[in-house]
Amino acid sequence: MDGSLNLVGLGLAAIGPGVGIGLIFAAFISGVARQPEARGNLQSIAILGFVLAEALFIITVALAFVL
Amino acid sequence: MSATLIPAIISAAEGGDGEFVPPGPSSFDLPPFANLGGFEITKPMGLVVLSAVIVIGFTVLASRKAEVVPGRLQFAGEAVYGFVRNSMARESIGGEHFMKFVPYLFSLFLFILVNNYYGILPFLQFPSFSRIGFIVPLAIITWLLYIGAGIYAHGPFGYLKHATVPGGVSGPILLLLVPLEFISNILVRPFTLTLRLFGNMFAGHLLLILFATGGAALLTSGNIGYGVVGVLSFGLGIAVSFLEMLVMFLQAYVFTLLASMYIGEALADEH
Repeated sequence: MDGSLNLVGLGLAAIGPGVGIGLIFAAFISGVARQPEARGNLQSIAILGFVLAEALFIITVALAFVL
Repeated sequence: MSATLIPAIISAAEGGDGEFVPPGPSSFDLPPFANLGGFEITKPMGLVVLSAVIVIGFTVLASRKAEVVPGRLQFAGEAVYGFVRNSMARESIGGEHFMKFVPYLFSLFLFILVNNYYGILPFLQFPSFSRIGFIVPLAIITWLLYIGAGIYAHGPFGYLKHATVPGGVSGPILLLLVPLEFISNILVRPFTLTLRLFGNMFAGHLLLILFATGGAALLTSGNIGYGVVGVLSFGLGIAVSFLEMLVMFLQAYVFTLLASMYIGEALADEH
């Protein structure tokens, strides 16, 4: 069996953004549950946070295949 | 799965000597299908040109005979346009200047959306933005646009100050903050824009290839236990396709949203 050790690091690097994205959407859901009319505002903020947290992992994906 | 499809998938997955070769970055290097005077044309290049035709055709058809009571196509076009204009451009850029940037954001959104959805269209099934070269120009245009907008609004040095000096901060802490802000606001943004779209399309397509070819290899391995896992793998492939549909839309949305947020931030008044 062969492969790159990079991919193990890739799996480890997925933990951080995974936890972060979970926290972001947990906050989004509880925010909407408390105040359903704020959904529109919260949604774009939640997606922005999701994107920023995900960016870390995406950069790792690129680097795992490049390096 | 038809009987003819599985051997085709298998032969694509195997390296010739019957051993399963996992998909990797080399799965994205497609052979050229045409040669125009020494210039080789590959599938993603053709798909990108096709996407421009689709976007132009859709917008022309949707807006050609505009009526007060919209038809079906006009309604679809207006829904997409309204989505980009209201929920992205007006929200992030603000009521004063946003109309100038709506044409760019609208075409950017449609272009990325069409190119992403190639990934799950039957027979095409290759997201052209999983090749990074196609995204770099989009990110560069966006970068030039928001920097240009900032320079237009604040002047060259005014914009540099606007972008790098955070409001309400003074003293020696600026020595630390100004380089950080410069790196994050000017240098890193085009890279993250590019890498985010590329990484999502690349990883998603790699996952789909893995489930399809791996499932086929397991099914035809002759072992009952492996066969069951192969069926599971095909099922997961279908589930991941639905996830990809969501991700493809989300990435087009996010790219456009970030572009409009960067423009809005560059244009914003001093705070």
